[in-house]
Amino acid sequence: MPNKTDILDLYFMDARYKLIDIAAFLDRLDRHEGKSDFRHAGFLKAMEAMLNPGDQPRARAVLESLSDHSTEPVDAAEIQFAYGAPQE
Amino acid sequence: MRYIEPHAHMVSRTTDDYQAIAQAGCQALCEPAFWAGFDRGSVEGFRDYFRQLTQYEPARAAKFGIPHYTWLCINPKEADDVVFGREVLSVIPEFLDQPTVLGIGEIGLNKNTRNEHTILEEHIALAQERDLPILVHTPHLEDKLKGTRLIVDAMKNAGVNPDRVIIDHVEEHTAAIALDAGFWAGMTLYPESKCTPARAIDILETFGTERIWMNSACDWGISDPLAVVKCALEMKKRQHSGDLIEKVIYENPRTFLSQSPNFKI
Repeated sequence: MPNKTDILDLYFMDARYKLIDIAAFLDRLDRHEGKSDFRHAGFLKAMEAMLNPGDQPRARAVLESLSDHSTEPVDAAEIQFAYGAPQE
Repeated sequence: MRYIEPHAHMVSRTTDDYQAIAQAGCQALCEPAFWAGFDRGSVEGFRDYFRQLTQYEPARAAKFGIPHYTWLCINPKEADDVVFGREVLSVIPEFLDQPTVLGIGEIGLNKNTRNEHTILEEHIALAQERDLPILVHTPHLEDKLKGTRLIVDAMKNAGVNPDRVIIDHVEEHTAAIALDAGFWAGMTLYPESKCTPARAIDILETFGTERIWMNSACDWGISDPLAVVKCALEMKKRQHSGDLIEKVIYENPRTFLSQSPNFKI
């Protein structure tokens, strides 16, 4: 199995550019006019979950943060697609 | 490298893709019925689609030496109209005796509605009545966690044998829901959603390599028909053995799919 250095060699540059892309995305949202929506808030909440995942792995914490946690089927759906963050 | 592509929507792909898949070592390809990017306007539209899946695509794949198999259903995205869903369900038995049909799929939920759930239960009943395996689609993005739980509950309530069910499109937060309940799990390798190769390998390293496969689910959207092969190469970079890679991309899908007597490889 690879060690930590191997994993850094394989994925650090990829993760680095994705991290900068996220920072630039948040700057872009800040810079532009208009009102943000639940996706922005959901994204920030997911970032918090990534930094403080508790006792679960970070990827799972992020995915759960971006999930609908209700338990019963809904009566009807207004859309066929998914937004990527729950509307709370 | 030999591999099985257990989930690809070739009706949406070019013939060049068949050529590339064949050159990459694909030994068999399975195509579940799905949403083709638009809602079909009639039951006859589905009858034509099932003909395409059971007659035309096997012939197109055969030109490249690839055995083509299929799963039939009305997908959950078009199943929110119960009356229409039942009309399409009534057509499916016409095709179940075709020699390349493996089972019922990809059934499941899309927006987790009561109507989708009703049609899911009726698909499960059809699979049980005909003793067919099931391939499950789990919802997208924010709907996946809830939908996966609802689907597993529906399967348990119906008394389905989990050995005969693969729950597809699992990610880090849903893999355990499927595997811990005894089901098989599928990981879909998409460039923009679901799993990247690196994350799919993380899931293998976390949850093990039993009862799990990976697929490209290539369709009309942004997707890669060679995603399974590319993930296998990524597994090599992560120092996984050739035997383990072959288990995940060839032996595991062969084991699950061989539960259908029509699957021969």
